[in-house]
This record gives sequence, structure tokens and C-alpha cells, in this order.
Amino acid sequence: MENFKETLKNMIEKIKEVFKRKETTYSEETIDIKDSKRKAIIYKVVVYSFIIFFAILVLIPFYWMILTSLKTLEQVEEVPPTLWIAFKDMMFVNYLNALNAAPYLRYMLNTVIVATISTVGTIFTTIFAAFAFARLNFRGRDIVFMVLISTMMIPGEMFVITNYITVSRLGWYSPFNQTFGQALLALTLPFMTSIFYIFFLRQAFKQIPDELYLASKVDGTSDFKYLWRIMVPIAKPTIITITILNAMGTWSAYIWPNLVTKEIEYRLVTNGLRNAYLDLTGRIAYNEQMAAAMIVTFPLFVVFLLLKKYIMRGVSRSGIKG
Amino acid sequence: MLEKQSNLKAWLYLLPAMALLLVFTFYPLFNAFYLAFLRDYSYLNGTAEGYTLFGNFIDVIQGANFRIAMKNTSIIVFISVPISVMVALLISVALNSIKKLQGMFQTIFFLPYVTNAIAIGMAFAFIFHQDYGLFNLILGVFGIDPVNWVGLGASWNTAMFALLVYTVWGGLAFKIMVFLAGLQNIDKQYYDAARVDSTPKWRVFSRITVPLLSPMIAYITITSFIGAFKAYRTIIGMFGPTLRPPGTLSKDSLITIVGLVYDSIAQADAVGKISQAAAASIILFLITLSFTGVQMIISKKRVHY
Repeated sequence: MENFKETLKNMIEKIKEVFKRKETTYSEETIDIKDSKRKAIIYKVVVYSFIIFFAILVLIPFYWMILTSLKTLEQVEEVPPTLWIAFKDMMFVNYLNALNAAPYLRYMLNTVIVATISTVGTIFTTIFAAFAFARLNFRGRDIVFMVLISTMMIPGEMFVITNYITVSRLGWYSPFNQTFGQALLALTLPFMTSIFYIFFLRQAFKQIPDELYLASKVDGTSDFKYLWRIMVPIAKPTIITITILNAMGTWSAYIWPNLVTKEIEYRLVTNGLRNAYLDLTGRIAYNEQMAAAMIVTFPLFVVFLLLKKYIMRGVSRSGIKG
Repeated sequence: MLEKQSNLKAWLYLLPAMALLLVFTFYPLFNAFYLAFLRDYSYLNGTAEGYTLFGNFIDVIQGANFRIAMKNTSIIVFISVPISVMVALLISVALNSIKKLQGMFQTIFFLPYVTNAIAIGMAFAFIFHQDYGLFNLILGVFGIDPVNWVGLGASWNTAMFALLVYTVWGGLAFKIMVFLAGLQNIDKQYYDAARVDSTPKWRVFSRITVPLLSPMIAYITITSFIGAFKAYRTIIGMFGPTLRPPGTLSKDSLITIVGLVYDSIAQADAVGKISQAAAASIILFLITLSFTGVQMIISKKRVHY
């Protein structure tokens, strides 16, 4: 009995000890958790401040462009410049003036025409070529494809020199006379296909299982029909990406249209930007200049925000961009 | 392949693209080399005074603008690219580690990718305006007097600084996109293991993220070098077709190698100019080629992994 009491006491002692130990370790742990929580919060604050700081840096040029485009010239020339203007003071008329300073509506029309022609052309040539590389079996296929791919790293300036001569020799460009039709040929034909898009679309076509092709062969479907009925619909997202990138490329084209158009009216929107924006007294109208820059930039924003998914697909595959 | 060869049919499908590529890509490629070796060639009447091996290259190299163009291009390449790669890497890692608002910030950082180099160049030129610009306003907060960055008679140093700021800004979006894609592909196990060991964040960054991302960092750096060697549109955007601040001499020009090519094309009617354009473009091509070679060697060695 005595013995039993002794052991019971011991046990209680031990249990108490264990509990004590548990208590202490538990409270130590809570301190630990609190500490790491605090650390995590500090870390988050640092990360978010870092991101917000750079996000502001990225947005500043856009903000400055929009702000300036809505000021009066007097406000633009205030020193120091104001950083905000009220809605009622916004000079939307600057946009109208910018549109009138250069033949902008004409430029837009030209751009739409050129973009449509070159994009439709590119889509067709690309679909056919990508089909041949992805689906058909012919001698020299891999070699031809390798040669095409290897030209992608060659700087475009090497082609521009001869293309300029070619376009002149074909009579599409001359410093003396040029019709709009000739200008259109010079602006579109060299851009009716693209090795990068062929490569890009071939990847999409290759992902379509061979079984579909073999099944359609059994059914007696021709290659041509298979391409347009099966492959093109499946690869539609890629084709949409190509369309968007190509159209955006035309919208931002500057150097080539400058080279091969004689009449100012034959040029594209971006060419209009380097127009001299002066007010009646000959001062540089920065507000109109920035309005023009916004007119060119804004549609790109809209396209990007609406079709971000498609544009990103193209980016992940593209190689070279500053 | 289960199917039999279909040579004729395949070439029919290739025909439209191949015909265009032949005329506007392959022929120009060979013709550029041909033109570069013609002496006193005039494309208007197609006459040349025989051949020359280095004549046109010497003309380009001895041209007044060549050294300036090489200097400008090298500075743009070797200063703007490393800075924008580093900044883009930090932004991507930060962006990848957050959950809330990640989509919104992504969109903001991607925005510069779709913009027009000429339009934004104009906006940057105005940000650097001596009196009405935002940059001097910010400097003023720190007590620095207004600087004539890109205005009438601005110096080469300040103009180049402004151009570099614009170039870094313009290069971020694409790099962030690629880095983010790369970061999302890193196996989460590495980070879980690091968390179990309660490794500090900066060590996770330097010991896990950077090594695992190094193939991508190498790829981006070299392709950006190649891209930056072709700098031209950004300079037109900021300074216009003269490629220099108004009222400055041509020694203060911000011309690049591509600028040399287009300058020669602009004078194409003069005898020999088109050959000089071709020679300049070949010089650019050789530089690009050597960087592509470096990239191939590096990607074969697989950097880290």
C-alpha cells in the first residue's frame, strides 16, 4: 500500500513535470510563431512596396503622356509642371487638333487596309506552309525547315536594302510618281508571310494527334479538306495570335512605310507621329504631340487588355525583342 | 511516318510562302553580300566599276559616324541590358511570390510590351524636357538644378542617359514575361524543402531561384544583347530622324549601327551608298552571329542545372 502511494505520487509528479514542460515548450512555440508571423508581414510589406514602386515607374510615362495631352499649352508650359488636372479642365479638343495636324484619318484608313491585306495574306501562306511542315512527308523537309529557322536570327536590315531596290525596280516606288495601289503593293507584299509564324503554327499543328489524320484518310477526306475542316479550327487560338501580332506590327510600322512611300498620304499612323506639332505662334504644341502619341498607343492598350491571353501565347515562343 | 512521301503536293502547299520568302528574304540575303563587294555600284542604272573585297567595308569603317555608332551601340547594349535583366529578375521573383493583385500587377508590367516605340519615345523626350519635364521636377525635390537632357544643344552624356532610361524601361516587359514563365516552371519541392529548413529568403533567391533560372537568364541576356544591337526605333522616337538632340553636332549623334544602314539607304541614289548600307548590315550580321554562337555554346553547356 505504501509502495503504491509512493509510485502514485511519483507518477503524478512526473505527469506534472511533463505538463510543465509542455506548457513551456508550447509558449515558446507561440512566441516563435508570432515572430515568424511578424517576419512574414514585414516581408510582405517589403515585397509589395518594391512591386508598387516599379509599377509606378512603369506607369509614369503613360500618365505623363495622358496628363500632358489633356492640358492647355499654357498649363504645359507652367514651371514647375502641375501633376494633376480636374476633369472639367481637360482639353479633349487637343485630340481633335492632333487628328487635324496630320492626315490622321487617312493614315488610319491606310493602316487598316495594309493590316488587313498583309494579315490575310500571312494567314493563308502560313497555314499552307505550316501544314506541309507539320503533316506532310516530303524529301528535304527537315533541311528546308532548318534553313528557314536559321534565317530568323538574321537582322532585318539585311533584307531591307535589297527589298528597297526590288520595290523600286518593280516600279512600285519612285521618288517622282507613285499610285496608292503601288504603295499598297510595296507596303504589303514583302510582309505576306513570316518564318516565325510558320514555325509557331507548325508547333500548334504538330500537337494534333495523328489518329485524326489517319481516321480522316480512311474516310477518304482529302488533305485540303482535312486542313481546313479539322486542323485550322483546332489551331484557331494560334491563328488568332498571329492575326493580332501581325496587325499590331502594321500599326507600329514606321521605317519601311517611310522608305517606300512618296506621298505623305500613303503612310501609316506611326509615321504621323513625327509630324511637327506647332501652334499658331510656332511654339511646339507638346499637348497635341502627346495627344497624337496617345491616339497611337490607346488602341494597342485596348487590344492588349482584351486579348492578353492570345498575345501572351505568342510572346512565350518569340525569340528576339530588345 | 506511316504515310508515303508526297513531294509534289507538299511543295504546292509550300509554294506561296516559299515564293515570297525567295524574293523578299533569301535573294536579299545573298544580294546583300553581292552588293557589299561591288565597287561604285549605282542601283538606278545597275552599273558597277568591278569588284572590291574590302572597299565598301573600309568606307563604312572610315565613315565619320562609324566610331560614334559603334560606341553608342555598345553602350546601349552593355549598360541597358544587364540593368534591365537584373531589375526584371527582381520584379519577377517579387511578383511570383505574391498572391493578391498578382494579375493586376502582371498586366501593368506587361503593358510596355505592346506600346509603340516611337510614341513612347516622344513621351520620354517630354519627360526629360528641361522646363516642363517630370524628371527635372523630381530632381528638384532633391535640390538638383534642372538639366538640359535632350533639348536644344543638349550634351551627348545627358541624351545618352535619357535614352538608356527609356531603353531599360522598354526592355523590362518582355523579360518579366519570360522570367515569370520560367519561375512558374520551377518545381515547388525546392521551395518546400527550403521552408522546412527555414532557409532565409535571400538565400532561397541566390541558391535556388537564380541557379535554376540561369539557363533562362543566359538566354534572355544574349537575345537581349542581339535585340539591343538593333536599337534604332527608340532613338527615332526620342530624337527624331536626325538621331541627335536639336542644335548639336554630328559628333554628339546617338546614331547606332542600324542607323548607319538606314542613313546609307536614305542616300541610296548616290553612287556606292547602297553597297555601304550592305556592308554595314553585314557588320551587324556578323556581330549578331557571334552572339548567337555564344548562346549556342552556353545552351549546350546548360549553364547550371
